[in-house]
Amino acid sequence: MDVASAKLIGAGLACIALVGAGIGIGNVFASLINSLARNPAAQGQVQPFAFLGFALAEATGLFGLAIAFLILFVF
Amino acid sequence: MTIELHPLAQFTVERILPLRVGQIDVSFTNAALMMAIIVCLITALIVFGTRRASLVPGRLQSVAEISYEFVADMVESNVGPEGLPYFPFVFSLFMFILFSNLLGLIPYSFTVTGQIIVTFALALTVFIGVTIIGFIKHGLHFLRFFVPEGVPIVLLVILVPIEVLSYFIRPFTLSIRLFANMLAGHTMLGIFAGFAAIIGIFAIFPIAIDVVLLALELLVATLQAYVFAILSCLYLNDAIHMH
Repeated sequence: MDVASAKLIGAGLACIALVGAGIGIGNVFASLINSLARNPAAQGQVQPFAFLGFALAEATGLFGLAIAFLILFVF
Repeated sequence: MTIELHPLAQFTVERILPLRVGQIDVSFTNAALMMAIIVCLITALIVFGTRRASLVPGRLQSVAEISYEFVADMVESNVGPEGLPYFPFVFSLFMFILFSNLLGLIPYSFTVTGQIIVTFALALTVFIGVTIIGFIKHGLHFLRFFVPEGVPIVLLVILVPIEVLSYFIRPFTLSIRLFANMLAGHTMLGIFAGFAAIIGIFAIFPIAIDVVLLALELLVATLQAYVFAILSCLYLNDAIHMH
């Protein structure tokens, strides 16, 4: 197997990390919807945390994507 | 203008004005031009927004006041009143990243925070600054930060290295989070635009996806600036208040 093909396979495998991002973001917003359904008055306090949690969960998935780009274009 | 079909071609740094100082290449690049534009725009927003300030603000004054108050509120609620001396730094950080992310979404412009060296410089500045602040405030007692309260000695052997590692990984996660979000967003926009360029009449579908992605990218741009700033505030809180 030559390096170019191995790179493509490696990049594809690294993108499996985005599954975690999807599950994490779904979790965050499910909790947000749940808590707002129980207590709509808490929206001002809870929503900033929801967006912070979304960004951090997305970031973890994008670390995997960064590795994919690293494999493809740096090595 | 040539149509670049490679989605990562938008991130190449090109020299606009080649300059050399001895052996060092200090050319004025498109990245430097964007950074200069960003700084000018932020300065213009604040200077012209607060000139002839009236009690009932006009539009520009409103924007300047809202951004100031947003960051001041963030610093005060996350760090406490002792953090307010660091407000100018957090404000500059937030506005620079926000403007850089948003201006990068303009077609044919350059995303400054899409370069890992830029985000790493910002994150390293925050990290080193916060560590120095911690040592100045607490002296060597700051090293107790890595030793949580009420943990049996047996667990400390494994817990302290984990704490140290997760402390030193902060500049990397901070920078890669911002960089990867910008890279991924712009690359996706570029990929769908590339599809639209080559499939004739069916280009309406990639373009529609691109419109939705652009809306998502606007959200991600502001959100990532907010996340960077609020994490800097939280790290500052860790240094000043040590848990």
